[in-house]
Amino acid sequence: MPDSVAALVAHDIHKSFGQTDVLKGVSLTANDGDVIALLGSSGSGKSTFLRCINLLETPDSGEVFVHGEKIKMQRERGGTLVPVDKRQVSRIRSSLGMVFQNFNLWTHMTILENLIEAPVHVLKHSKREAIEVAEELLEKVGLSDKRNEFPNQLSGGQQQRAAIARALAMQPEVMLFDEPTSALDPELVGEVLRVMRKLADEGRTMIVVTHEMGFAREVSDRVIFLHQGKVEEEGSPKDVFTNPTSSRFREFLASNL
Amino acid sequence: MLGFDLTYFEAKYQVSEAVCQVIGPVTPQGFADYCPRFVQGTFTTIEILVLCCLIGLIIAVPMALARVSSNRLFSVPAYIYIYVFRGTPLLVQLFLFYYGLGQFEVFRESFLWPYLRDSWWMGIIVLSINTSAYVAEILRGGIVSVPQGQIEAGRAAGMSGSLLYRRIILPQAFRIAWPAYGNEVILMLKASALTSTITVMDLMGQTRTIFSRSYDLEIFGYAAVLYFAMAFILTYLFRITERYLNRHMAYR
Repeated sequence: MPDSVAALVAHDIHKSFGQTDVLKGVSLTANDGDVIALLGSSGSGKSTFLRCINLLETPDSGEVFVHGEKIKMQRERGGTLVPVDKRQVSRIRSSLGMVFQNFNLWTHMTILENLIEAPVHVLKHSKREAIEVAEELLEKVGLSDKRNEFPNQLSGGQQQRAAIARALAMQPEVMLFDEPTSALDPELVGEVLRVMRKLADEGRTMIVVTHEMGFAREVSDRVIFLHQGKVEEEGSPKDVFTNPTSSRFREFLASNL
Repeated sequence: MLGFDLTYFEAKYQVSEAVCQVIGPVTPQGFADYCPRFVQGTFTTIEILVLCCLIGLIIAVPMALARVSSNRLFSVPAYIYIYVFRGTPLLVQLFLFYYGLGQFEVFRESFLWPYLRDSWWMGIIVLSINTSAYVAEILRGGIVSVPQGQIEAGRAAGMSGSLLYRRIILPQAFRIAWPAYGNEVILMLKASALTSTITVMDLMGQTRTIFSRSYDLEIFGYAAVLYFAMAFILTYLFRITERYLNRHMAYR
């Protein structure tokens, strides 16, 4: 039985798209304050795994627990798994902040409006309260002067920092990052990583799908390496980077360093 | 109702007289002779256009939502509605409704008959239905053009279906659809001239009446100028509202 007090537990997740088995039983346990880096070459299933955690993809089988609460799912007649209670899914999603590769800010809203949208309409916070929180967060990610701009008027790095602030505005228990720097110009990667490092230092629970080896090595508490839908290597960054046990991970490191 | 009608028509007449007092002296004789009729017709055309665009839009929103629904119980009827009213000529629809409904006792007996037998109301009803089919398709295009990632971001933040539509999808769909909608409104302005065939005294109806008295072809020229002026103003209004609505798409 998975640990019930952990911030997040994903247990034995399977997922296939048509004939392709993308995930063949991946598990993960994140305790409060853990920063977990998910590594893997493209097609290894790491993004799909992250998306299964907040049910943007429905796993074919497996269980997800958030602070001990299980996301209730049942099997339909066709054999596919579906969430039982949509409201539970919405509530759990709102406690998992997601940051996407392509930022996905709502383009018709200003940065401030992006930040207060879900707190006001999903969490039913008062607008004044939401704006207060949003302004603190914008200060933290260094975008206070951009609060009334539209996303398209910002650089990629600024948009991603705004997207991180938007996720933080929901006061999430766990932050999920799906390749947050992969769509950025090389010179803009640093500013986003700096913000993420700050969050890690604050003790936030974070699961980060990334290609940034430096970030995985220096910031994360644990590294999980996926290969063809399975966990090939797992451990503390010190151990896995200096002393990898799997040959796949050694090859991966050789081609990525 | 009748009392309101009379005062309203009276008011329209008074305003037209007043307008013509001002513009009469500076317009060509052929126009000035019939000026009040032209102005009244123009008013009627604007009334019909505004009302049918409003009613059409109100019908089009749920129709577009039904059309994109994954539930066939909603999408199939919407599909049929849209294809029937886009697939038949407006003129045929006008005749069928205006002359056809009276053939059935249910309509003649119904409390709606005072409206259904009135060509002005019937014109508005048919134009509204017709434009709602087009606008529903335009809106559908807008809805499916909303970037998937932004919808996912909404889901990931815990937004449910209706909230997602209200706050993320429809506001963007309207912005995407706005220029095409403007085009539809201008098409409706010109299509409204067809209501003159069921005796509505819009600009075209008045023009035909005037022509039947004067046999002066220049009358149609004045009608064309008035229609053009209305279309010109509409284009301008849509352009500035588009610039405002889509200001978020402008790069610095």
